[in-house]
Amino acid sequence: MTPHANSALLAKLYRSIYRIRRVEEEIERIYPTDKIKSPVHLSLGQESVAVGVCAALHKDDIVFATYRGHAAYLAKGGDLNRMIAELYGKATGCARGKAGSMHLIDRAAGFMGTSAIVATTIPQAVGYAFAMRYRKQDTVTVVFFGDGAVEEGAFHESLNFAALKQLPIIFVCENNLYAIHAPLRDRLAGAGLCARAQSYGIPAKRIEDGDTLALHSEVSLAAAEIRAGRSGPHFIEAMTYRYVRHVGPGDDLFLKYRSQEELDAWKAKDEVKRLAAMLGAPEAQRIRDEAEKEIAAAFDFAEKSPFPSPRELEENLFHA
Amino acid sequence: MRNAAGEITYAQALYEATVQEMERDAGVFVYGLGVDDPIGMYGTTLDLHKKFGADRNFDTPLSEDAMTGIGIGAALAGLRPIHVHQRMDFLMLCMNQLVNIAAKASYMYAGQVQVPMVVRGIIGRSWGQGAQHSQSLHAFFMHVPGLKVVAPVTPHDAKGCMIAAIRDNNPVVFMEHRMLYNNRGFVPPEAYEVPFGKARVLAEGDDLTLVAISHMVVEAIRARAHLAEVGIGVEVIDPVSLAPLDMDTIARSVEKTGRLLVVDNDWTNCGASAEIIAETVERFQGKRAVRVARLGYAPVPCPTTKPLENLYYQNGRTIALKAYDMVKGGVGHWEPHGEDAKEIAEFKGPF
Repeated sequence: MTPHANSALLAKLYRSIYRIRRVEEEIERIYPTDKIKSPVHLSLGQESVAVGVCAALHKDDIVFATYRGHAAYLAKGGDLNRMIAELYGKATGCARGKAGSMHLIDRAAGFMGTSAIVATTIPQAVGYAFAMRYRKQDTVTVVFFGDGAVEEGAFHESLNFAALKQLPIIFVCENNLYAIHAPLRDRLAGAGLCARAQSYGIPAKRIEDGDTLALHSEVSLAAAEIRAGRSGPHFIEAMTYRYVRHVGPGDDLFLKYRSQEELDAWKAKDEVKRLAAMLGAPEAQRIRDEAEKEIAAAFDFAEKSPFPSPRELEENLFHA
Repeated sequence: MRNAAGEITYAQALYEATVQEMERDAGVFVYGLGVDDPIGMYGTTLDLHKKFGADRNFDTPLSEDAMTGIGIGAALAGLRPIHVHQRMDFLMLCMNQLVNIAAKASYMYAGQVQVPMVVRGIIGRSWGQGAQHSQSLHAFFMHVPGLKVVAPVTPHDAKGCMIAAIRDNNPVVFMEHRMLYNNRGFVPPEAYEVPFGKARVLAEGDDLTLVAISHMVVEAIRARAHLAEVGIGVEVIDPVSLAPLDMDTIARSVEKTGRLLVVDNDWTNCGASAEIIAETVERFQGKRAVRVARLGYAPVPCPTTKPLENLYYQNGRTIALKAYDMVKGGVGHWEPHGEDAKEIAEFKGPF
């Protein structure tokens, strides 16, 4: 157990991770009904990265994420009702149904959006961090991206600029070992992902096994250094694993690009179970009961909400 | 800067607009390759960092893709970035961020975010700019909902459009033709906006409507002078902004003349000229017979050697010939004579 862990923090982390796990299990359960008529990229197995990182941030810190963004949205405090309604395409959704699962946003929670095009939110987050520096605000910006994004030019261009200007940003790579079905070993030349960040002079750290507490601790330290003006950007490579297929619910072992043994090994160190065990049964049960009620209410909210009206088709293209 | 008639150049008008907006709004900043070098983007950004600080006018790494996204991120946070490109051609490196992010952010997030960003692109021409330093590419941007596209021609409109673009809460692609930079015109010293979506009728005429885009407006005025010699009256229209496009003004003119010639500073296929003609035909078909035609670049990449480059572009005479043919119905022969465009012949490099 990480020395920083205390029971309040453990409860906070467990509440966050359990809630995300169960929301996505509910999405999996509902999905065959086709009430969610759009792609969902589930975070099942990867929740701990968003949970550990976001729990270390302030409410007005800023997060950008990816199309696999349910976990980051919820971990940063995004409204659950509005997220489920968004997946249902309802007018009460966080983007009135115009965005769907791949493009969640909740400005009040500091969750500035996600993108379906790999690596595109990395420069936006750097630009947001630039604006925070420009305005002399002590906001920290965090951007989540996958191991595939590290191969995009925008990643390198963004890290170079962020390092050059010493911007207040934390880059969090969710390394789940696969870009869709392509393993990292078939795509990666050189000495690894942290080495790439280090080549720009950015301090980089790899956190193994999706360790929620280690991630929380690392981001707390990085954010404190940034806020104190002692450092520019940080890079974190968070090792994690996706339990289900790239897009949509369910197992994909039949595709044979990864093995049962590999999946089982990661499930054996599942962070939802680990945090529950650390927290102790009565407290964990109380958190689970609360979350179940909230989740049921969110799906009910989405079910009962109206679809957007036809006039909304051409609204919001431009700002006056 | 101003002469006795209150005239300044196109480049000076852009500079003045930028300075006035930077003074008005501390969130306005300029960035791009070379903006703070001793040339200062042909004077349009000269020494702005000395006036406003290095945060507000800075050179960037050669990273157009990320630098576009960084501008978008800054705009999402409430700043007003102006991203400058020495040539439009480099905007190809920005397409992912412009098309997939900037154009869609407001709509996709149901109006909860905005991207008040200006992307300046300078169109090269003359003195051997060649295939990759001469493109306009505005049709690419016009095609995408969520982007505004402007191509001011006069110093007056350059200043007013720049101020309007900076104040606009949406992404604006701002096209500046190199050959317009030294043109002088009256420019009010105070700040003002030229509204987008309002075309200008630059000269009236009854026989043919000539819509010209960017630098082709200059050639269209020359064509009009040629045609006046043979008694053909041409109405010249400068759309100023291409998205939004003021089709009402164009249609009003075509209603009068019955003939529309569109001359673009671009290729014709799937371009602005195709769009303007399609919209015109849709409006008039079954109601009024209208004769339409378009001219643009030769359908090849721009050649560098001068004799071929001259053939690649339309000019006052080629435009006049086409217009003459449309009015006279191919009857009779006429050869316009007179001076060629001086700014093209006289331009010297090295860039």
